[in-house]
Amino acid sequence: MGTTQMTSSLDRPAVLPASGKLPGKRPGISRRPLLIAALIAVLLAIVPVFVKDAFTVQVLLMVIMFGALGAAWNLVGGFLGRVSFGHCVFVGVGAYTTILLLQHLTLTPIIGIPLGGLLSAAIAWVVGGPTLRLAGHYFAMATIALLQIGLLLMINWQWAGGAVGLEAPIAEAPWMLLFRTKVPYYWIAVGLAFLTFLATWFLVHSKVGFYWRAINGDEAAARSLGVPADRYKMLAFVLSGGITGVWGGFFAMYVGFIEPESMFSLSLSVQVVLVAILGGVGSLLGPWLGAALLIPLSEGTRVMWGSSGLGLDLLIFGLAILLVTMFLPGGLVTLRRRRGAARR
Amino acid sequence: MLEALSAGLFNGLIYAAVALGLALIWGITDVINFAHGEFLMIGMYAAYWMFTLGHVDPTLSAPLVACLLGFVGFMTYTLIIKRLQKGPAMAVILATFGLGLVLRQLAFIFFSPDYRNLPDTLVSGSITVGHISMGRPQVIAALASLVVIGILFLLVYRTRWGHALQAVAEDRDVAALVGIPPDRVNAQVWIVGSAAVGFAGALLTTFFYVFPSVGTVFGLLAFVAVCMGGFGSLPGALVAGITLGVIEAMTGYFVAPALKTVSIFIVFILVLWYRPRGLFGRW
Repeated sequence: MGTTQMTSSLDRPAVLPASGKLPGKRPGISRRPLLIAALIAVLLAIVPVFVKDAFTVQVLLMVIMFGALGAAWNLVGGFLGRVSFGHCVFVGVGAYTTILLLQHLTLTPIIGIPLGGLLSAAIAWVVGGPTLRLAGHYFAMATIALLQIGLLLMINWQWAGGAVGLEAPIAEAPWMLLFRTKVPYYWIAVGLAFLTFLATWFLVHSKVGFYWRAINGDEAAARSLGVPADRYKMLAFVLSGGITGVWGGFFAMYVGFIEPESMFSLSLSVQVVLVAILGGVGSLLGPWLGAALLIPLSEGTRVMWGSSGLGLDLLIFGLAILLVTMFLPGGLVTLRRRRGAARR
Repeated sequence: MLEALSAGLFNGLIYAAVALGLALIWGITDVINFAHGEFLMIGMYAAYWMFTLGHVDPTLSAPLVACLLGFVGFMTYTLIIKRLQKGPAMAVILATFGLGLVLRQLAFIFFSPDYRNLPDTLVSGSITVGHISMGRPQVIAALASLVVIGILFLLVYRTRWGHALQAVAEDRDVAALVGIPPDRVNAQVWIVGSAAVGFAGALLTTFFYVFPSVGTVFGLLAFVAVCMGGFGSLPGALVAGITLGVIEAMTGYFVAPALKTVSIFIVFILVLWYRPRGLFGRW
């Protein structure tokens, strides 16, 4: 029980419900969430066998991807408490690395995507030096600035496609991760998402996770207790950047066409943040919940009203964000706590 | 060269005017208004329609627009921000972001995505001083911005009301103890900050296009200026705004116009590298 109590004392109140469920009867941390996650992954994987509707599969894929991006963001934004509005730098780096390697060296994305992740992690390491020592709003603004620098450099870098962008070849080549249908990508996404969840779960329940939350709670206090804060902040940023980069590479292969505006995108970055915040910052489950609510809403409204040309879909999207925050300021994960409180 | 410098200076003053409202709200109520750019957009459209429908020149309608935006700011505070202030900090960010999105899309629906500009205002034309010629609207707007900036500075640093603001920014609870109502002060800050951005928006219409997403262009610059100047510091926002304008113009002149914006962000990161709390931030 010792560990779980520590979790609750270090967490901020909004974080409690996610970890509150974890304690098992044995000392230590229950592995049940992992089994449940595996079960959900298997269930999700067999969906395309029964559901032939391409749109449903696409929306599910987007939910999974944004959930994973939110989970990766959460390592820095939630557990470390450093809100990054420029996480799509890593999406962009991963995407461009993957596609450029594929185009110029015909290197399979099976290697290219991890390489993209590595490069993203390396960039996170370089960038983390000057930015991670910034606190609060300053960090948020610095990440936006980095994103803008990345965007503008890519627009002006002609060899890497410039403003026009790059295309993945259209072919059916499983070893190159090129498929004509969306279902194989969907399966890859489910697998990657499961790995992402595993990674975040183990990180958060390890010593590293406790250090992060300690730094988030009070950095000076954590330092005085001997937490090597700089190293652990960097670790969070590098891991988060790496995972995001891997998803960027996957995203590039999935959409088959990348350009600076859509990859190094501020609105995409903000959407990732929204997914994580809406679900509940600093909880393992939050980003996935947030994605499950937000993405079908945005995709659904786009299909229903997007063709009107008036942007009604985005209006409803904005209204939904506004309303959910007004009535559930702590995110979706607080729903459970609320209900629990009422029963007591 | 001198022409580029002066153009940068004037642009910088306008950036500063846009940024000051944000700096005020951010510094005193500790809320980042992500809809700030959209407030500017509303101000620009208000001035545009007053000119098109009522033939009121933007230079004259600016105070009216400022009042309108003050009202918008007041409503935003009472309906949204006040309710969320005690909740998690993220909720406010999310809410103002949602509000910005709603406002932008409403503008798309009601005003169409067209780029509009005002053909012939009172201040159209250009001014030539020595060998330097510049657009008269820019000069007038920059001077008017300077006046607004001056008024804001006087209000905040030289009046009892301003001291109350600073007290609330310093410590909300202690301010309440000595008889300053923090909620009312916050509402007033939202009114004044939004009015300032409305004023800047009206002036901006004399030489810049009006379109629904114009707010994102200037909003981002305003955020950078406020942050670079140091969170909550009005002089910082002013200096940073002018610096950004000058850097932008100089890069456009000496290096390449395409890299204008990159230079702004690089300088911003460099400033934060040496001064992690901005130029004038409290240490």
